[in-house]
Amino acid sequence: MTTRSTVRRRGTAATAVACALLVVAGCSGTTKDSEEDNTKPEKKTEATANPDAPIKEGLKVAFLPKQINNPYETIVDKAGMAAAKEYGGDAKEVGPSDASASSQVSYINTLIQQKQDAILIAANDPNAVCGPLQQAMDQGIAVVAYDSDTAKDCRQVFINQASSEEIGRSLVRNLGKQLNYKGKFAILSATQNATNQNTWIDFMKKELEDPKYKGMELVKVAYGDDDDQKSFQQTQGLLQAYPDLKGIISPTTVGIAAAARYVSDSSYKGKVVINGLGTPNQMRKYVKDGTVEQFSLWDPNDLGYLSSYTAAALASGQITGAEGETYKAGKLGEFTVGKDGEVILGPPTIFDKSNIDKYDF
Amino acid sequence: MAMAPEPTGPAAGEAAPIAFEWSRLLRWDVAVGILLVAVFATGAGSTSDFASSSNLSFALNDIAEVGLIALPMTLLVVAGQIDLSVASMLGLASSLVGQLWDAGWTFETIVPVVLVVGVLGGLLNGWLVTSVGLPSLAVTIGTLTLFRGLASVVLGTEAVTQFPATYTDWVREDVPGTFVPYPIALFAVVAVVTAVVLHATGVGRSLYAIGSQEDAAFFAGIRVRRIKLVLFAVSGLFAAFAGIVYTLRYGSARADNGLGLEMVVIASVLLGGVDFNGGRGTLGGAVAGLLLIGILKNLLTLNDVTNEVQVIVTGLLLVLSVLTPRLVESVTTRRQSRALRAGDAPTPPPPSPRPGLSTRTG
Repeated sequence: MTTRSTVRRRGTAATAVACALLVVAGCSGTTKDSEEDNTKPEKKTEATANPDAPIKEGLKVAFLPKQINNPYETIVDKAGMAAAKEYGGDAKEVGPSDASASSQVSYINTLIQQKQDAILIAANDPNAVCGPLQQAMDQGIAVVAYDSDTAKDCRQVFINQASSEEIGRSLVRNLGKQLNYKGKFAILSATQNATNQNTWIDFMKKELEDPKYKGMELVKVAYGDDDDQKSFQQTQGLLQAYPDLKGIISPTTVGIAAAARYVSDSSYKGKVVINGLGTPNQMRKYVKDGTVEQFSLWDPNDLGYLSSYTAAALASGQITGAEGETYKAGKLGEFTVGKDGEVILGPPTIFDKSNIDKYDF
Repeated sequence: MAMAPEPTGPAAGEAAPIAFEWSRLLRWDVAVGILLVAVFATGAGSTSDFASSSNLSFALNDIAEVGLIALPMTLLVVAGQIDLSVASMLGLASSLVGQLWDAGWTFETIVPVVLVVGVLGGLLNGWLVTSVGLPSLAVTIGTLTLFRGLASVVLGTEAVTQFPATYTDWVREDVPGTFVPYPIALFAVVAVVTAVVLHATGVGRSLYAIGSQEDAAFFAGIRVRRIKLVLFAVSGLFAAFAGIVYTLRYGSARADNGLGLEMVVIASVLLGGVDFNGGRGTLGGAVAGLLLIGILKNLLTLNDVTNEVQVIVTGLLLVLSVLTPRLVESVTTRRQSRALRAGDAPTPPPPSPRPGLSTRTG
């Protein structure tokens, strides 16, 4: 009896060890390369779009911002919820109070449990949210990324606030008009290797190739490292080095605010045009005191509005997120889904004296 | 529950108060347990999606890492120690997993290497506490910053993704036929082992002795330093393992993974009635505290309660958990002294010595 149970126990142990070894052997050699070889085949969306389908009544739509109480995202989400009211949906905003990489995951899981019709997310980490979002899509929940994209196969549509090309070209177009297409100007960028900044600057240079800018000359690209103090000093340096400088484009919110601050207290006020990407709250006093005539940024209200309508279009089957599909987004008109499921909001909004008080972010 | 045998020597005076505290302690454990059941029942009754197996699976999976770290943390706190560096170790482990995976290492090599780093980090904590003689609170505040800094050095601000599906599935999927994700199943097994160690072995009794009166424990022949060193090493090991689980579960290795998670771990342990000053508490209580925090968070989120309110609820519960046993104590003491004045009481136990944390070094 004792012997038998001992034998049996030994046998069990041996089997366990063998299994463990097998598992190890079976899995050994899992490297990044071996994984890349057996990536899953692309899932085909079986659903077909019906562009004429009406928007369903009472859609449950949830906005999941990077973090709650971020003033910019609050505007986006509020506009999105207002849009949902327009099409008879039931929208809400939920989210973490910290913008850490994975804090959004438990919210996504909860939204799946609540059987929402659509989830709109501004992702803190493009990959950490991927698994749960794919689960959501598997259960027929429409997933739209806005403001900050997730990995491509983890959402159906990404609402891009503005294309890089449009941002770069429009800034030069606006400055050109302000300067009557004459004079030297400089660019005050962030860091020397910031991808988005350099893409925009490349498009600015391309726009300058148009003959109508032949009277304008880009004399220098300065880098303020998105540091207020350094951007301030760089502005000072530019104006001293080029006494006949007529304009500065700063495609970064830190840079344009610092440049405006320097110019507003100097003799250059009213003589040098400052333009670029800024936020209304930072720039309000410089617009009011005449230092800055105008600056650009996408309109967060429109971003929220479009995102909301896109989610409704997906949830109602008007679109599936495939390239070339078109749909109508309320008062903003018709939009087309581009490559990789991207929808572009449009050219940046210009803020000036006439409209700046309508915005608070 | 096994009772500690009569300690000999200077620790003998401890016997009576420990026996007295046991009964009271159990009350708070049970209270947390009852609260947990109540919250669960309320949730199941009021929120339609709450008791579904997929939701419970989500809710449980969300506390996997906290739970794994909370087990050795309970032992540490019982022994009058604390390890605040656990979440940073989780981040460091995550960074290492990412960096080595990116460099083309096999995942099977990465896991043991990362676990060894965890043990080494824990040994560093333990060495500073036991050999240099610094208080664990101060030491681990230091290593909290140190490990997080190393994590940033290893991986910088980038994120490494695309981990092997074999492993990510293991972390995300349920044990077949249940709503228990694999990491939680592992947690349950380790929890049982930890409970046995804490409540049914000599080592466990030594931990209570160290937490109650370290010098007395030392003179009673308990190998205080060695036990503490091992505890910190185990804590580092589990934090590193939790880092691997975390990385796989989110599919994203980043230096800032698990930022601030140590507070959730400690909150769970304290909510479960484990005394911050050491010497009291049960593993069952800590697990109940952990589940209560996890279930409550899930339930409140399902009902669209904002994060701010959730934090307030957890905070109030925590204050309550620290306050209630003290209130009970003072009421009991008053009743006893009244009984004493009446002249029919047995000799009251001497007040239990509660030295501050600062004396609990080396």
